Amino acid sequence: MPAKEYVGLSQINGPLIFVEKPSDVGYNEVVEITIGDQKRLGQVVQISDQMAMIQVFEGTNGLTIDNTRVKFLGKPLMIKVSDEMLGRVFNGIGQPIDNGPEILMGDSRDINGSPINPVSRMYPRNFIQTGISAIDALMTLIRGQKLPIFSGNGLPHNRIAVQITKQAKLKGEEAGNFAIVFAAMGIKHDEANFVRESLEQSGAIKNTIMFLNLADDPAIERIATPRVALTAAEYLAFDKNLHVLVLLTDMTNYCEALRELASARGEVPSRKGYPGYLYSDLASIYERAGMIKERVGSITQIPILSMPNDDITHPIPDLTGYITEGQIVLNRDLNRRGIYPPIGVLQSLSRLMKDGIGKGYTRDDHPHISSQLFASYSRVQEVKALASIIGEEELTDSDKSYLRFGQAFENEFLKQDEDEDRSIEETLDLGWKLLGYLPKIELTRVSEKEINDHYKEIKET
Amino acid sequence: MNKTGDLYSINGPVVKAKKMTGFMMHEMVLVGNVKLTGEIISLEGDDATIQVYEETTGLKPGEPVAGTGNLLSVTLGPGLIGSTFDGIQRPLNVLKAQSGDFLERGVIADALDMKKSWDVQMSKIKDGDQVVGGQIIATVKETSSVIHKIMIPPNISGIARNVKSSGKYTIDTTLMTVKSGDGDHDIKLYQRWPVRIPRPYMERLAPKEPLVTGVRVIDTLFPISKGGTAAIPGGFGTGKTVVQHQLAKWADADVIIYIGCGERGNEMTEVLEEFPQLIDPRNGKPLMERTILIANTSNMPVSAREASIYTGITMAEYFRDMGYNVALMADSTSRWAEALREISGRLEEMPAEEGFPPYLASRIGDFYERAGRAKVMGDDQRIGSVSVIGAVSPPGGDFSEPVTTGTKRFIRCFWELDRQLANARHYPSINWLDSYSEYTVELKEWISKNVDENFYKMRDRFMQILTEDDNLQQIIKLVGEDVLPDNQKLIVRIANIIKVGYLQQDAFSDVDSNCPFNKQDEMLKIILNYYDRADKLVSKGVAISEVLDNDIVNAIMRMKENIPNDKIESFKELNEKIDAFFDQLDKKYQVTVEA
Ligand SMILES: Nc1ncnc2c1ncn2[C@@H]1O[C@H](COP(=O)(O)OP(=O)(O)OP(=O)(O)O)[C@@H](O)[C@H]1O
Ligand SMILES: [Mg+2]
Repeated sequence: MPAKEYVGLSQINGPLIFVEKPSDVGYNEVVEITIGDQKRLGQVVQISDQMAMIQVFEGTNGLTIDNTRVKFLGKPLMIKVSDEMLGRVFNGIGQPIDNGPEILMGDSRDINGSPINPVSRMYPRNFIQTGISAIDALMTLIRGQKLPIFSGNGLPHNRIAVQITKQAKLKGEEAGNFAIVFAAMGIKHDEANFVRESLEQSGAIKNTIMFLNLADDPAIERIATPRVALTAAEYLAFDKNLHVLVLLTDMTNYCEALRELASARGEVPSRKGYPGYLYSDLASIYERAGMIKERVGSITQIPILSMPNDDITHPIPDLTGYITEGQIVLNRDLNRRGIYPPIGVLQSLSRLMKDGIGKGYTRDDHPHISSQLFASYSRVQEVKALASIIGEEELTDSDKSYLRFGQAFENEFLKQDEDEDRSIEETLDLGWKLLGYLPKIELTRVSEKEINDHYKEIKET
Repeated sequence: MNKTGDLYSINGPVVKAKKMTGFMMHEMVLVGNVKLTGEIISLEGDDATIQVYEETTGLKPGEPVAGTGNLLSVTLGPGLIGSTFDGIQRPLNVLKAQSGDFLERGVIADALDMKKSWDVQMSKIKDGDQVVGGQIIATVKETSSVIHKIMIPPNISGIARNVKSSGKYTIDTTLMTVKSGDGDHDIKLYQRWPVRIPRPYMERLAPKEPLVTGVRVIDTLFPISKGGTAAIPGGFGTGKTVVQHQLAKWADADVIIYIGCGERGNEMTEVLEEFPQLIDPRNGKPLMERTILIANTSNMPVSAREASIYTGITMAEYFRDMGYNVALMADSTSRWAEALREISGRLEEMPAEEGFPPYLASRIGDFYERAGRAKVMGDDQRIGSVSVIGAVSPPGGDFSEPVTTGTKRFIRCFWELDRQLANARHYPSINWLDSYSEYTVELKEWISKNVDENFYKMRDRFMQILTEDDNLQQIIKLVGEDVLPDNQKLIVRIANIIKVGYLQQDAFSDVDSNCPFNKQDEMLKIILNYYDRADKLVSKGVAISEVLDNDIVNAIMRMKENIPNDKIESFKELNEKIDAFFDQLDKKYQVTVEA
């Protein structure tokens, strides 16, 4: 079928262009836009017999009403996927930017993918040891999970993400069949370089595909970036049997691009100007994590987002939390106090850990001790608040023991070096050691047997 | 011959077509060359607006829209139980067989297996008998837990003809023909019913019996009745889904309908992997044998999310009509409301609060009103019920938003999940001060008779202790616990025992996941006995440290885990231990025991 080409636009509005009386054009179809000798890509976002509305990924800068040519390509946005993508760097819509060759061989896939049939999914249960105590003990990462990092400007989310990619391993399995897909949306050059250099140092770069849309790249392109990246990830996971870790950063920039587009389209906004379908849109990205029965590979997603103003109720972290299987929340106060990784454990959660820890997975006492650490650390916050009013001296003995426990928990358990890789046993033993600061009667979440096996009271000196 | 029209505009899940005169409002249509399922949501002149239940990528203006002549309907008959459907009742394992692990568009699949034959046991109805709507004409053992009753559809009555005898039949078999004023009706093993129209019943009945959930904070403090409605609002990760799963597992209903409405794929998988392994404590059969799943996960098309709620509740009413107690869980109704909002936005309707359409509250009301306990259609005075438990996911965890407030008007149990409790890993994080149940009054008689005549007294005392504790906590926050007099300190300690030893209940514990009513009763008695005896000493001036024995407190805190459901008699030992401890204290301080 010859592609249909139109010359001239009827309107240009922000990132959108309009073509009058298109014929035989489908919803969501890709278009190629030519101005002079420059080519851009776009996508039909609304269509009627009178008008096609097209979003231009690279932006509408420099387009003219009369000289712009629009070619409808008769298919949705696709990328070619193949093994050759490993070790390569692409832009936000999947075109190579590392001076390497185009990907010519391979399947063409619609970047939007298709939803996994819920009955085809396999429930994820395999514990990934990240070597970070707070994560492994309290918000365990499971292979096939989507576990975002809720961060803020100036917090070390990239360092944590890199540490996870370096240290992540499965007990008793060699690390061979893994891959990393890194999708950057609107992040700074320095951040992208940091990630790239870290992966080069660890040697993981040859198993990595990078899709980079940086802060000075066109904003609308970001809407395609996570989808392009996940299309590549699905290929690696479900066709090539690899265990793929996908890093998506920064989802806040993605959402802002979506908002820009929605407002250009004149849509009724919901909270903070974001479109009402932000939830469904984010879900179409996050739900592409998981495992499928009778297939070997998996997609584990670690999206990173910065909470505007550190506000966890902002629509972006809020809707993300409603979709993902937990969250790792970074805490500015801990960061200020020099605690790395500054993980605010009480707000953090892994929903899949309940089926991936304990007997046969990590260690029998893991479910209870994690629950106990949460409960005790939560009590620490109450005691701290009380102490700031009545003074530490006035606290009861049991409350004082909570303060000591809290101190030790933050400085010994949470805090660790960027290259410190703790085994799950070390982590759990450390947890038990610190519980020794608390009197036995306070430990209601662990069983009497576990207390006998592991608990040793630390007497005040 | 069905009509066709022409598409002329496509905007996400909302498309418009012309030449649509003669189509019905809410008619199911097939859109485009790929025949995507859709439903007409407005008609104006020659134009129709259609919501499409599948991805509309690639649709072009000019493609056809074909009518089906039917309202959007579900197929009701043997084969429902144990199945997993999408929002418009396509069985997901059939879709998997047809198109693989990823959902494709335009796949048409029968809701129920038309080829499977069932052992049909006919009733005593003979040729020439008068039959009425709702009457049971045959039974089929659908699963080991559920006897499926084949009924005359509600709107048909007349004289039975050509009545088949018992035998093995597929669901498409005509079991009898009913001659009525408006012609002959073939009665098959299945019937169809439009999802947006409630199925009729004879008479609405008042709630009387609790839906026993096995969750202590619910059954004891905020019970729901069979035929009742409840909402579980809570921010992300506070435990809505776990509570819903708990109810789906342990509630004493005959049939469970679980709607995953715009939530996670893995949560459906979890049910699918877990339920066939779990045993229904009522009859020892796998839980899946009483369960129907409806899955429209968050990445599946948004308009089918809107329909999924109606698909589910229509199935619930159908099993109610057989005389069963059905419990329906919808997780989450907020996603359904957002689907309404999205469609409304694409229709360019005038929005009310936060972009939601002005009819949001009335749609919520219509849905919850389909719950209830009723004398159902038919000739034998059967009683059935539909209980509805809806999760609400308020943006930012703010309960003043339109879906929460709109829901609150129509439900009678409000189980409010508390972020603070969830962060402290106190689960279920149902806030004991702000939650409520309007059924407590109506259920008193049943519970007093069937559980314990003192149950309500004890429950009320629990509430008093918790309320008083809340007041005391305000003081403690300012000046510390030390300044409180001993009797108030005791209240704080007892409240802590109630919170940790009673209200907290780990859904994933082998022993404590499900707590039957008699165990709840024993636990109440133990805690209150401990309180009463301690209080007596403390009010006589005995130091509180004397009565707070570590061993005893520890045993009470752990009784939920240490005493399994089949060892209820062990509570007696614990009680004796408590009594012995206090007897000796009484003696020491020479407190006389009153008769
Ligand atoms: N009763 C419980 N016992 C033990 N753990 C629980 C309980 N309730 C909740 N949890 C813990 O809290 C986590 C989150 O619960 P859940 O998935 O039900 O939240 P939710 O309110 O449905 O969140 P969302 O709105 O994002 O779907 C669970 O994965 C589990 O770890
Ligand atoms: Mg949930």
